[in-house]
Amino acid sequence: MNLHISPAPVRKSIVVKAGIDKAFAVFTGRMGRWWPKSHSINRATEQIDVVLEPQLRGRWYERGADGSECQWGHVLAWEPPSRVLLAWQIGADWKFDADFLTEVEIRFTAENARTTRIDLEHRNLERFGEKAAESRAAFDSEGGWMGILKVYAETATA
Amino acid sequence: MTYLFSALADPTRRQIFERLAKGAQPVGKLAQGLPISRPAVSQHLAALKAAGLVTDHAEGTRRIYRIDPKGLAAIRIWLDQFWTEALDGYVAEVERSSEDPS
Repeated sequence: MNLHISPAPVRKSIVVKAGIDKAFAVFTGRMGRWWPKSHSINRATEQIDVVLEPQLRGRWYERGADGSECQWGHVLAWEPPSRVLLAWQIGADWKFDADFLTEVEIRFTAENARTTRIDLEHRNLERFGEKAAESRAAFDSEGGWMGILKVYAETATA
Repeated sequence: MTYLFSALADPTRRQIFERLAKGAQPVGKLAQGLPISRPAVSQHLAALKAAGLVTDHAEGTRRIYRIDPKGLAAIRIWLDQFWTEALDGYVAEVERSSEDPS
């Protein structure tokens, strides 16, 4: 019996009423305008922006009100306006880890001049498990994933 | 919630996992209604446990299984919700900027 079960990637597809260039520009260039504020990893200060440097190996980070920066990852592939591949390097302990890497691929497809489909895939999720096994204590700590566990508990008991 | 279980390719194992998602259960009860033997159910549970998807504890002479809230399943649920929320925000921003003539 196969003892290794890899979780499937998280996949999302949406359609926006915008041409492909604009769809790409808003996604990559104005991330701070749409990124959920509740998902800041900087606990010391309020998140004021999320920045994706528009180039290969560009940094992906959030900026706090006090000027501090918290890194999320970096750009693995930069192919405007059709594709961007990001390294998500926030581990299960909810901290940046240069040695941890999961991929988020975002593909933009023009359905017509004013409509664009976006397909997002967050993969290599099994690596969260490897990381979690390494740092079980951090995983159980206050903050970070406590929110998930609460949501999860509600889901599981529903 | 079907998306969550797409990782579980074996249909029987998926069925077991889905039952546990509805609440903790002992092995015996899980085995009821499944077209496989109780030892086979235990084997599937061992695989799920090894993958960090379920956890177990003893209650008297019974072994109770449940979804591991600290496992990958929980992380995946969180990420799924996160990206849904993020993309909703993105769509709203695209629409806001469409109204903006500048």
